[in-house]
Formats: sequence, C-alpha cells, structure tokens
Amino acid sequence: MFDTVMIIALSALSIALVLLFIRIIIGPSTQDRILALDAIGVLLVGFIGILMILQDTSVFSDIVLVLTILGFVGTLTLSKFLERGVVIDRDD
Amino acid sequence: MTLLHWAVLSPFIAAILIPFLYKYLKRIHTGWFVFILPLVLFIYFLSFIPRTSSGEAILNNLDWVPSLGINFNVYVDGLSLLFALLITGIGALVVLYSIYYLSKRKEKLNNFYVYLLMFMGAMLGVVLSDNLIVIYVFWEVTSIASSLLISYWYTREKSIYGAQKSMYITVFGGLSMLAGFSLLYIIAGTFSIRELVANADIIMASSLFIPAMILVLLGAFTKSAQFPFHIWLPDAMEAPTPVSAYLHSATMVKAGIYLVARLTGVFGGAPEWFWIITAAGLITLIWGSISAVRQKDLKGILAYSTVSQLGLIMSLLGAGSAAFYFQDGDSALYMTAILAAVFHLINHATFKGSLFMAVGIVDHETGTRDIRKLGGLMTIMPVTATISLIGLASMAGLPPFNGFLSKELFLTGMLNVTEYGIFNLEAFGFIIPIIAFIASVFTFLYCILMFSKTFMGKFDISKLKVKHVHEAPAGMLISPVILAVLVIVFGLFPNLLAYSIIEPAMAAIAPGILSPGEFFDVHITHWHGFSAELFMTIGIIVLGVLLFMTFKKWENTAFYRGEKDLFNAAYDYGYDGLIKGSQGLTRIQMTGRLRDYFIYMCTFIILIMGYTMYRYNLPLIQNLDLSPIPIYTWLVISVFVGSILTIPFLNNRIAIIITTGVSGFLVALLFVLFRAPDLALTQLLIETVSVVLFMLVFYHLPKLKKVKTPPRMKTIKLVISIGFGLMITLGSLSAFSMGQEANYESISEYYTENSKEKAGGYNIVNVILVDFRGLDTMLEVLVVSLAVLTVVSLIRLRFKGGEDV
Repeated sequence: MFDTVMIIALSALSIALVLLFIRIIIGPSTQDRILALDAIGVLLVGFIGILMILQDTSVFSDIVLVLTILGFVGTLTLSKFLERGVVIDRDD
Repeated sequence: MTLLHWAVLSPFIAAILIPFLYKYLKRIHTGWFVFILPLVLFIYFLSFIPRTSSGEAILNNLDWVPSLGINFNVYVDGLSLLFALLITGIGALVVLYSIYYLSKRKEKLNNFYVYLLMFMGAMLGVVLSDNLIVIYVFWEVTSIASSLLISYWYTREKSIYGAQKSMYITVFGGLSMLAGFSLLYIIAGTFSIRELVANADIIMASSLFIPAMILVLLGAFTKSAQFPFHIWLPDAMEAPTPVSAYLHSATMVKAGIYLVARLTGVFGGAPEWFWIITAAGLITLIWGSISAVRQKDLKGILAYSTVSQLGLIMSLLGAGSAAFYFQDGDSALYMTAILAAVFHLINHATFKGSLFMAVGIVDHETGTRDIRKLGGLMTIMPVTATISLIGLASMAGLPPFNGFLSKELFLTGMLNVTEYGIFNLEAFGFIIPIIAFIASVFTFLYCILMFSKTFMGKFDISKLKVKHVHEAPAGMLISPVILAVLVIVFGLFPNLLAYSIIEPAMAAIAPGILSPGEFFDVHITHWHGFSAELFMTIGIIVLGVLLFMTFKKWENTAFYRGEKDLFNAAYDYGYDGLIKGSQGLTRIQMTGRLRDYFIYMCTFIILIMGYTMYRYNLPLIQNLDLSPIPIYTWLVISVFVGSILTIPFLNNRIAIIITTGVSGFLVALLFVLFRAPDLALTQLLIETVSVVLFMLVFYHLPKLKKVKTPPRMKTIKLVISIGFGLMITLGSLSAFSMGQEANYESISEYYTENSKEKAGGYNIVNVILVDFRGLDTMLEVLVVSLAVLTVVSLIRLRFKGGEDV
C-alpha cells in the first residue's frame, strides 16, 4: 500500500518532468526555459526524497542539499547572463 | 677475424682514411694511395689459386648475430675467387685509369675514391660471403655506392635521374631478394649457402620453392640488368667513365650473375629455374643487341651491349642448370654451357673494361661521345683505335680473340639445349639457337658500326668543341692496353685459365655433380672441325657484313633513328603515375575537415564490429535476466532520450545549453535511481560547472550558423550515427548477455567483504578510489591539474593573432 502510494507519487513527478521538458523545448523565450530548468531542479529534490523513502536509505540527503544550492547557482548564472551578457564582471 | 675477413673489410677501412689523405696530401693525386689496396688484394687473392684449383675451399667463420644464424663467414672456392680476382684486378686498373682521367684540381677526388672503395669492399663481401643475410647487406651497399657514383656530378640533372632510377630498381630487387632469402630460411632453417645446397632436395620439395626462387631471381635480374629491368643501366652511363667501366660492365652487374651461379646448386634442376633464367637471358640478349644498334652515344652502345652480354651469360647459366636434373650420367652435354658462361664472364670483363676506357679516352680528347660527330680518329689516336678494334672484334666474336672462343662455346651450349629432351624442350627447343644466332648478328653489327663511326670515315673538327685532338697521355692508356693484351692472351692461350680458374669455378657452380677427385673436362680450342657452330659463326659474319653494307638504306628508318627504350617510357609513366596517383588519393582522403575523419573512423568501427558480430554469430541477446522497470523510470528515461534527441534540432544556443543541462541532471537522477550516491553528487556538480562554463564562453562563441548540407550528406550522417549507436548498443547487450552466460563471479564481492575489514571504510566506492585502486585516482588528479595548466597557458600565452598554430 505504502509502496504503491510512493510509486504513484514518483510517476506524478515524472509526468511533471515531461511537461517541464516540453516547456524547455517549445520555449518560447529563454526566460521560460530557465524557469523550467529551475523547476526541474526543485522537482529532482522531491524525486530524490521519495526515492530515499522507497529505498529506505539516507545516503542521498547530501545530494538534496547540493542540488538546492546548485539549482540556485545555475539559475542565477543564467539570469545574470541574460541581464548583463556576461557571467563574471571585470572590476575595471 | 682472419686475414680474409680483414681483406674484405680493408676497402672500408681505407675509405675512412681517404678524406684525410686528400686533405693533407694535396700535391699527390689521391688515386695513387687507393691504387695500392686493390693491387695488394689482387696479389693476395692470386695466392689462393693453387688451393682452389685442387678442389679445396677455404671457410673462415666469424660470429656476427649467431642467435639469428647470421654470421660473417668468408668462403673461398673457385667461383668466389674468380669474382674476387675480377673485382680487385679490374679495380686496380680502373683506379690507375681514373688517376689520369679525373683532374686533381677540378674534381672532388675524396668523394670519388670513398665511394669507389665502399663499392669495392661491398662487392668483395658479396662474392666472398657464405651467409645470405651478409650477402644481402653487402648487396645493398653496392646499390648505394653505385647510386652515389652515378650521381658523382650531382649538379647535373641527368646524373641524379640515373642515380635515382638505378637506386629504385636495384633496391626493389634487393628487397625482393631479402624476402626470398627469408623464405629459404623458413624452408631449410639456415642462411648458409653450403647448408642450403646440402638441403637442396628439401627445398625442392617445399611448396615455398617457387616463391622463394622468383623473389631471389628478382634481385639477381634487377642487379644484372636483365629484361625488363635493364632500363637503369643505360641511364647509369652518366657516371664518370671509370665508374662505368668498373661497376657497369665488369663487377656490379655481374653480382646478379654471381648469385644465380651460386644458387644453381640450390635451385638447379627445376624446370622453372631452367626456363625462367634461359628465357630471361635470351630475351635480354636479343633486346640488348637490337637496342645497341640504335644508340648514337658510345657509352649507350656499350651499355646495351653489356645488357646483351649479361643476358648471354644468364641464358648459359640457365642452360647449364639442367645438369642437376640428371644427377648422374654424362654431364658433358650440360657442362659446356656452364663452361661457356664462366669463360665469357672473364672475357666480357676484359674486353668491356678496355672498351669503356677507350670510349672514355675518346670522350676526354674530343669532348663528345656522339657517333654522329665523331669519325676518322684512327690516325689521330692509333693506340686507342687499336684497343677498340681488339675489344670490338672480341665482342663480335672474331678469331683469334677470346670473344670468338666464348661465342663458339655459347653456340655449342645453345645447340646442346635442343638435345636435352627434358622440360618440353623437344617442342620449343629449336627457337633457342635461332634467337642466339639473330642476337649474335646484331652484336656483330653494332661492333662494326661503333668502330667505323668512331675511327673510320672523315675527321671533321668543326663538329667538335675542342680545338686540337691528340692521343691520350700514356698513363691513361696503361689500363686499357693491359686489358687488350689480356684479350689477346686469353684468346691465343685459352687453356692458361682452364684448370686454374675456370674448372674450379664450374665445380663451384655445379656442386655435387662430380665425385671427389674428379675434374670437369675443360679444353678450349680454336679449331674443332667443321661443326654447326663454325657455320653459324660464318653466317653471323656474312649477315652482319651484309647488314652493314646496306646500312645506308635503313639509316633513316624510324627503327634506327629512335633511341629510346620502350620500357623507359613505361618506367617514367609509372613513376609519374605513382606520384600523381598517391597525391590524388591523399587529396581525396585528407580533406582537412574533422567531420570527414569522423565519418571514416565511425564507418570503420561499424564495419569492424558488424563483421565481428556477423562472423561469430553475435549479437547474443538471449536469456537476458533483466530487472523489472517501474513506470517512473520509464518516464525519466524517455525524457532523457527526448532531451538528447532534441539537441540537434535546436537553433538557439542557450536552449542547447539548457537542454544539455537537463540531460545531465537526469543522468544524476538515474544514478540516484540505481543507488549510486557518490556518482550522483559528482555528476550534479560537474554538470552545473559545465553549464556555467558554457555561459562563461558564450559571449565569445561565434553566431550559430545554419549550414546547408546536401541531402545525400545528411543521409550519410544519419545512417552512420544510427549504425554507430546500434553497434555500441548491440555490443553492450552481447557483452551483458555473454557475461551472464559465462556466469563469472563478480570481483565486487571481494570489495564488499573487505572494505571495512582491510581498509577501514564503509563507503566502498571511496575505499576503491583511494585504497584498492588508488593509482588510478592519482593519475586522474594529474589529468585535472594538466587541464588546469593547459587552460591557464592557453589563455595567458595565446597568440596575438595572425600566427599559424
């Protein structure tokens, strides 16, 4: 019963993944794609969380933490690029 | 090292000293120092005559590479001694001649004598070695020395052309010969000629007999200028005349003859050997004599005449090899041919050497060798004319000179062939004496033409470049006079050589024919009754004179005016074609575009893997014991595949980067699904860094261009990509399936059991990385640091622009 619920939840998340991916492909603007990528990052957090319950382990918890940071950094990088055209400014 | 070894190597040692002598003793012509060596060697080799003529052979061993059976064993028997005497004797005369021929002031004598001594040593090595590999080594040194000597005047284009041509052809033959020697080694297990002769029946029975024989013969034929490899010899006439006299008439071109004679004991008796050598010799004989008639250059005539005479000797050796077919019984029928070959070998060396020297004198004094410009030199250069007359009469086969005797013997040998009754000779045998006869007529003709055009007729100074023509200095005449005297002496007293030199040489060519203590019957006389040979000689003279009388009629025909050999054109076209063809091939293949090279590589991987799978009945996709795949995994994988498939169709670079990022994240997710936390962590970090890196360089990337590719190219790329993916997939599936079938125990069992116990860690992946397989990690760290350094240097030390990478 519990397993079934988990698998249904995972499947629902996978469908969300498919839908987000469609958004990445069709765009239409770059901002849409970046948001979709960010959302995929968040989605992965949930995915991994459920997997940890399903697999009865806690080894992936640090991955969840890293993922949240990376999702933030990645989105920040892409957004800054869109705003400024460069990722790292020069001081001069 | 015995004295004999030193004798073979002494010219090389002398060659080292020559440049010093040339530099520090400028006042004396360097040739005088060189002259001593062949003279001493000649006398030294003369001292062997008593021993070899009693049937004794001298063998001195010296290990070189004993583990490979390669030893510098010096072997002296009748045949080797004959050649050694020719090489040193004529070598001494040629050096003497060259002292007067080459100017001390104008020429680079050090080069000349170094090359010449190199050649002399190599030639001695060829004829005195018992080991095939040692023979090959010396053989190639003769090729190199010969090319160096041909291109002695290296500023002339024709010299370079001739040197290259002779190099290509003789080295081609040399390499074939090496292959043949290797095959002989495979059959008999030895490189020693004497042991090969002892094992001749094993070699005869082997299936490698024919390939070995043909490869060895290629070497002999290219060196001895046999048809159709004779084309290098006329072009080698660009060498200084002493070189032509020495290398291209008396010694080097006879190396092939030596090899054939030496290996007759191994191959002789086989019908193929008989037919190939006899036929090649006869074709060379007639082709050379006909071509010689057409030449206008004196050295050209002599070159083709050398070709023709070498063919004659070769055909005699072929005819004589039949002696091995009947091991017992009366061998006189066959041995006449071998006798004629040996005798003519000596005679040819004497008269051809003198003729070349005479031509050199004419060239030296008049400044030309063109017979259309020369004429009437008889009274101006009486000594040279006499020498030429003797040489040409001997070459034409007139009594009382030695050429007459060997020609009679040659005709006897060729007539005997028709009586053999083996190798289908009853059907075709009658052609052989006819070819010999026609070739002799032409030989006679070019001898008369050469003499009459040079020394008779009218003397016309206006055609010559020099002001005053006179006889050569006495020093230049010494050598040709000695050779001409030898021509007469051997002609008048042929039996002088019979049992001292000729008979031991015959016994060496045909080992095992005689029982110990026996000798071949050698008796050469001028008069042996009214035989067929005599009438043939008369016929040759009559027909030759008739052709000469009617010379005016065919003087203007295309046959006479054309000088070029047909096979020269074939060589030139072949050479150009080879260069153009390979350039064209390279141009097609090396496009400079990476995508083409990728196509080649992928195509070959597909073909090789596909063929391997087809050949071994793969792929073995059966009994796959797969785990069940839950629905969410299917969805994740389909998104992953979808993201990969989308990338080629995207036009926006940011979209491409984002899609790549998505696929990277999904890979990390798959790692999580398959329970690999460390991999997932690393993958996430690396993927993010890559996306950031792409964004960093984004600004500098050029605009994404849509290149219009033709549909055919698109199809090719599609097919190759699909094929490649398919092959890899099938390969992995087969590997998995085969692994299951073999049911090996996995090595990971060991790690799970011992990770805590032996390494003190729970994280097996990390323990493997830093403990069990720490070396790999260390090198990976090295790779990363190298990459960092490379990036730094690429950015810091980048070119300012304009430079080529």
